[in-house]
Amino acid sequence: MWLYRALLYLYPASWRAEYGAEMRAVFAARRRAAAGLPAVLALWIGALADAIATAPAVQWDILRQDLRYAFRALRRSPGFAVMAVGIAALGIGTTTAAYTMVDHVLIRPLPFAEPERLVGLWEEHPVTGCRTCDISPANYRDWKRMSTSFAAMGAYRNLLVNLTGQGEPESVEGASVEASMFPLLGIEPVIGRSFRAEDDRESAPATVILSYGLWQRRFAGDPGIIGRAIALDSKPHTVIGVMPEDFHFPSRTARLWTPLQLDASDYEDRTNTFLYAMGRLKPGVPVPQAAAEMRAVGSRLARAFPKELAGTSVTVMRLEDSVSPRAVLMLKVLLGAAFCVLVIACANLANLLLARALERGRELAVRTALGAGRERLVRQMLTESLLVALAGGALGVFLAHAALPLAVRLVPTYLPIAEVPPIDPRVLGFAAVITCSTGVVFGLFPALRAGRQQGLSQLQGGRSTAHHRQERVRSLLVITEIAGSVVLLVAFGLLVRALWRVEAVNPGFRAEHVLTLRTSLPMPRYERPDTRQHFYNRVLAQAASLPGVTAAAYTSFLPIAMGGGIWPVEIAGHPEDIARRRTASLRFVTPGFFRALGIPLLAGRDVAASDVHEAPFVAVVSQAFVARYWKGENPLGRHFDFGNHDRTVIGVVGDVRVRGLERTSEPQVYLSWQQPDDVSTWYAPKDLAVRTTADPVSLVAALRRIIHEADPDQPISDVMPLEEIVEADTASRRVQLDVLGAFAAMAFLLAAVGIHGLLQFAVSARTAEIGIRVALGAQRGDIIGMTLGDGLRLTAAGVAVGALAAYGASRLLESALAGVKPNDPSTFAAACGVAVVMAVAGSLLPALRALRVDPTTAIRAE
Amino acid sequence: MPKSTLPAPETLLPLPPATFHILIALAEGDRHGYAIIREIAARTDNRMRLGAGTLYRSLERMLEEGLIVETRDRPAAELDDERRRYYRITRYGELVARAEARRLAELVRLARASGLAKVTA
Repeated sequence: MWLYRALLYLYPASWRAEYGAEMRAVFAARRRAAAGLPAVLALWIGALADAIATAPAVQWDILRQDLRYAFRALRRSPGFAVMAVGIAALGIGTTTAAYTMVDHVLIRPLPFAEPERLVGLWEEHPVTGCRTCDISPANYRDWKRMSTSFAAMGAYRNLLVNLTGQGEPESVEGASVEASMFPLLGIEPVIGRSFRAEDDRESAPATVILSYGLWQRRFAGDPGIIGRAIALDSKPHTVIGVMPEDFHFPSRTARLWTPLQLDASDYEDRTNTFLYAMGRLKPGVPVPQAAAEMRAVGSRLARAFPKELAGTSVTVMRLEDSVSPRAVLMLKVLLGAAFCVLVIACANLANLLLARALERGRELAVRTALGAGRERLVRQMLTESLLVALAGGALGVFLAHAALPLAVRLVPTYLPIAEVPPIDPRVLGFAAVITCSTGVVFGLFPALRAGRQQGLSQLQGGRSTAHHRQERVRSLLVITEIAGSVVLLVAFGLLVRALWRVEAVNPGFRAEHVLTLRTSLPMPRYERPDTRQHFYNRVLAQAASLPGVTAAAYTSFLPIAMGGGIWPVEIAGHPEDIARRRTASLRFVTPGFFRALGIPLLAGRDVAASDVHEAPFVAVVSQAFVARYWKGENPLGRHFDFGNHDRTVIGVVGDVRVRGLERTSEPQVYLSWQQPDDVSTWYAPKDLAVRTTADPVSLVAALRRIIHEADPDQPISDVMPLEEIVEADTASRRVQLDVLGAFAAMAFLLAAVGIHGLLQFAVSARTAEIGIRVALGAQRGDIIGMTLGDGLRLTAAGVAVGALAAYGASRLLESALAGVKPNDPSTFAAACGVAVVMAVAGSLLPALRALRVDPTTAIRAE
Repeated sequence: MPKSTLPAPETLLPLPPATFHILIALAEGDRHGYAIIREIAARTDNRMRLGAGTLYRSLERMLEEGLIVETRDRPAAELDDERRRYYRITRYGELVARAEARRLAELVRLARASGLAKVTA
């Protein structure tokens, strides 16, 4: 019989209470009537089948009933419903959005075949602290030859070309990839073919593969594009394929790919590094084993080429692990903050439901009196909270979807993934789990409470000790909310201070009133300096004659916009410099560059139009360069070997934060553009900077006209004020702050609502007490003080807990704080102060309400 | 719990077989759960043997729909078992049962007219 009793547990408890005894009696009667083993067996099989068929149906009956009831109850109090659904949506939406970002960047495998076998390979230069440096072609060739861990290896270099012909000329990013690259990733073109080994030969016809986006945008998705020629840097390239829509490689800004054609000269210098490489591990080879092998390969090469490679090694890393610790931290902070908001939202909802349960005390008591068991009541209340959570969840996912594009700056551009993460089944699954647990967490407690209050006290209308217990629980919930919002406020405050500190860093130039733009001069048309000279002279002269313009100049790359462009320095008396990788940033400039950027000239002179190829090769160096080689001496007239020539120092300028405000930069060397390195045209000046006394944006139209007149085929890109380039350097910080600020504001609001709700309720519960106090002669100040005092006591507790938690949390943030101390007292004081203001604001209305209590009415009601 | 205004009997048709059988079993008098099961089994030559779960779920629905009520009148004390609940068909339940019977008879008539069923005297 116990077995049948156990079987009945498939049914809801309320059903068991109603029919359990009857069903057992029926079963017992049948059992008595069954004679012989087959009959007994048949009876059991029948009973089992009956229970399996009807128990879910009964459960569903009750659920439907509860849902109907919950709908009715919510419709009766629309204010509560809207508020509860809104709060749930905030909590679930923020968490879903944050999780989507984290999943997109950190958790989800890369969108390539068998991504767990893909690794990136880099040169490692311990002396400069660079773990993921570019690779020289000769090293790459030897790595491939000397290693056994890889099924395939592929190399690529970044590419920037001008796409001309149909429509506006356009500067397009991409990559030159080895033929082995796409097969290695396991990705095929959607139309056309992939590169073949013969495409990599120097003599091969020029070919190109387009990204899906470029194909759609520029060629209207015309499948007839295959076999057609398009002009890249004025040279015809035959389109041989189009890659799939979700293919982003090596980063999401790549729009086209050409074959990697290396010539013999590329293999000559092992310090000439410009390749990146990826490898596919042989099945069963773990990453550490491959890394160990490559380190051994690296040290063999370092021994073989001590002059160039001493001290260097090889880094092997899964691409996922190449996400910078800073980006990882940012995303984790985002997720942590979102969970904080979720917890606060749950506490708030629990509070709302508790208050509602109290208001509905009579109704619940009536239901109990009519025979609804505790389990039925709990189940009913849970259904209601789950319904609220589900509605909130649906709205939350919608909110998250709408908000995601605002956070794209938090997705590192260097990962081969889409800019805006998709909301896909995984994310929806996560949202569903969060939604259900939210519903249970905030609903269970009030439900259990409601279930326990079956006493007659509710019906009698009096207040019981349960009431006071409730108030204690609600106070705890409010304290949780305040603590959570203090944590978020502190984190927000610390990051604001960090941003201020970063923004206060002097970049070394004056960014205001400067317009910049890029004219990537197509090669080979502009390969010869004299053709470039014509272009520069014409553009710069006309730009300088525009009203308000005080200086105009060209440079290889603008600071911060481009951090690389690093060359080794050789100076007589410093033979170890190559091995120590003592390098400097190289920029070719036209005369007037320092004036245009506002870089102070400290000694000597600027490069001049007379510093031509036939004249002595000159250089202007930065202060840090002087400090490294000629500390305390006069650097003017000194010689050093740089950019393939001996150069004479003619001037000294201030240091510039080339690599951005938060990173240390190599010392800078500026060379006359007419005295180039003779190897590549990569450094040919293409970035124009124009200083004006007016709004720099007002120059755009005139400059476009000037450039168009100088060369109608010349694309213009990256038009922006220099200030924007500097701002972009802190953009990810600012986006993070925006997001965290929004979270903190939500938390703040929720906590204020929590305090308000609790005190409001307390005041109405204590109406009689207040009435008596007033009748006994309490002053207005006493009454206000009583209510405000309650609010402040809660706040004090919340702030104390929150400050402790914030202290722990902010230590995790330390590396993102740009030197601001994680326990920064002024930030903590400000956050706590804001929390107190919030508490007072939240308590004010209830306090005023307490004032309005009329003693006679209050006491009479009692 | 019978509702204040009951829907027209036809709106409940067709009845689930278990419901119709229960109504027939209760047509001759009040019965408790196990008695209903036995009555149905006897009437159908043991072809229909309701499980306890099916029976009580049907009974609960029929109570809600107002087809039956639980009755307080008990048989003579010596026949009564305190645990058992007795059910009685309502006037409305009778109307619904009759409507279902008419519906089935009409179906049989149609089947006969098309030669799908034997005509018996």
